[in-house]
Amino acid sequence: MSMRIELSSLNVYYGSFLAVEDINMVIEPNSITAFIGPSGCGKSTLIRTLNRMHEVIPGAYVKGNLTMNGEDIYSPSVDPVKVRRQVGMVFQRPNPFPTMTIKENVLSGYRLNNNKMSKSDADALAEKALKGANLWNEVKDRLDRPGSSLSGGQQQRLCIARAIAVEPEVILMDEPTSALDPISTAAIEDLAIELKEKFTVVIVTHNMQQASRISDMTAFFTIADTGLPGKLIEYDRTDNIFSNPKEKQTEDYVSGRFG
Amino acid sequence: MSSQAPVVKRRIGDLVFSNLAIGSGVAILVILAAVAIFLFAESVPAFLSEQDAAPDGFFAYVAPFLFGTVLASIIALLIATPLAIGIALYISHFAPRRLSQALGYSIDLLAAIPSVVYGLWGMLVLAPFLNPSYLWLNENFGWIPFFEGPVSATGRTMMTVGIVLAIMILPIMAALIREIFLQTPRLHEEAALALGATRWEVIKMAVLPFGKAGIISSAMLGLGRALGETMAVALVLSGSGVITFALLTSTNPNTIAANIALQFPESSGTYTSLLIATGLVLFAITMAINMLARWVISRRSEFSGAN
Repeated sequence: MSMRIELSSLNVYYGSFLAVEDINMVIEPNSITAFIGPSGCGKSTLIRTLNRMHEVIPGAYVKGNLTMNGEDIYSPSVDPVKVRRQVGMVFQRPNPFPTMTIKENVLSGYRLNNNKMSKSDADALAEKALKGANLWNEVKDRLDRPGSSLSGGQQQRLCIARAIAVEPEVILMDEPTSALDPISTAAIEDLAIELKEKFTVVIVTHNMQQASRISDMTAFFTIADTGLPGKLIEYDRTDNIFSNPKEKQTEDYVSGRFG
Repeated sequence: MSSQAPVVKRRIGDLVFSNLAIGSGVAILVILAAVAIFLFAESVPAFLSEQDAAPDGFFAYVAPFLFGTVLASIIALLIATPLAIGIALYISHFAPRRLSQALGYSIDLLAAIPSVVYGLWGMLVLAPFLNPSYLWLNENFGWIPFFEGPVSATGRTMMTVGIVLAIMILPIMAALIREIFLQTPRLHEEAALALGATRWEVIKMAVLPFGKAGIISSAMLGLGRALGETMAVALVLSGSGVITFALLTSTNPNTIAANIALQFPESSGTYTSLLIATGLVLFAITMAINMLARWVISRRSEFSGAN
């Protein structure tokens, strides 16, 4: 399962501060959509509105429309907890639970929904999720070791395994490789391409090569100045953004002539 | 290639601070040794003397007090630990910011009340206040050995002592645990949230496991204070040398510390040594509990999140 995400006239506020202004875009299922742009342009804020994680910050709210498969995820009747169970997220720094084993980490999301689970089901699910995250072969003999015993790249794949174990429909990745070495980065990128077979993948990245290597669609955001809201400048197929952008600002940014 | 060791440049600041640090480290050992030697040396006569201070032997003398000490402290810890965790969670994760600050200050204020005041309050206010509930407990749950009758007429019972001690150790425990909860890495809380955890589930998945070692440490600190508390116990309880699990009667075992405080002024000779020997027992018990706590914490240090 995979979802079509539609944002229309979406504004994101922190208190009275407008952080992201008037976003209109459609994110297609079974694709990778990359958000690129300079620091502070609101791309991380925007990706967090897709699973209502920005609400964790007091005073944050959105105006406008955000639907997933036609359903408004900000309708008052929708529980943000339910949204987050459908939309998995991977963070900038790997964050496995340090007090849990590798296996417990993978199952942690699933256990939130279903406490009762036979040992064989749990083992099968852990194996499936770890295989899905290309981590199984590296950890199958030490599932009872702490998650923090893994390398950074392995920890990040463990976090991906944890996210996909609950079978979400969308996977959000907020700069998932910015703390990783090139080899681990390549592993995550390969994995992202595999994940789009099953999920809608949205990735925030500062690495433009990464965006051009793996994404189908790219959205370029920028801000005119500090204190002003971030805006979506151009949203198009990735090859167009990088080889034939329509906007001057996009061209400047992707060719490294920004600022 | 030179075979000489590199010349280390001596900087005066480094030297001063390293010596200060070493000095402080050594001082703690010296103080500990001095106290231990004092306890040992002064208690020896109690065992060697011809004239017997404790007719039935030392252990028969100290056993009820040891029992009373441990019982009162366990009651205190059982009451204070869940309360402290609750207070700490409320302040760190639920209360609006302003309220949580005010609450933080009032907890510090609670910690600043001298123990003799707690003792007076326990004796004059809390004991009579609690007595009706003791009667109720005895009527309805008297079949449980803890709530056996006859219920004390004054309310100055082991249970009251436990509650007073709980209130005394609560502030330091709550303040420490709150500090620990506030240090839960944001990343771990977000990881839980992003998996679709509710607020309570975030606390269960990220906050409590992360704080476990700290909770145990602060409980041990609280326990240490409860074990050694003298004034509050001495004021509330008129204890004797009995061993009983009945918490609501007027016959209660005294604690080691309170017994020393009450008996010491009128003691002499081997009886003084006997009292000091009971102090040695208290010292040993407290140390054993602290070591046990360290061991519990280190057993799962791999999973502590410190790495």
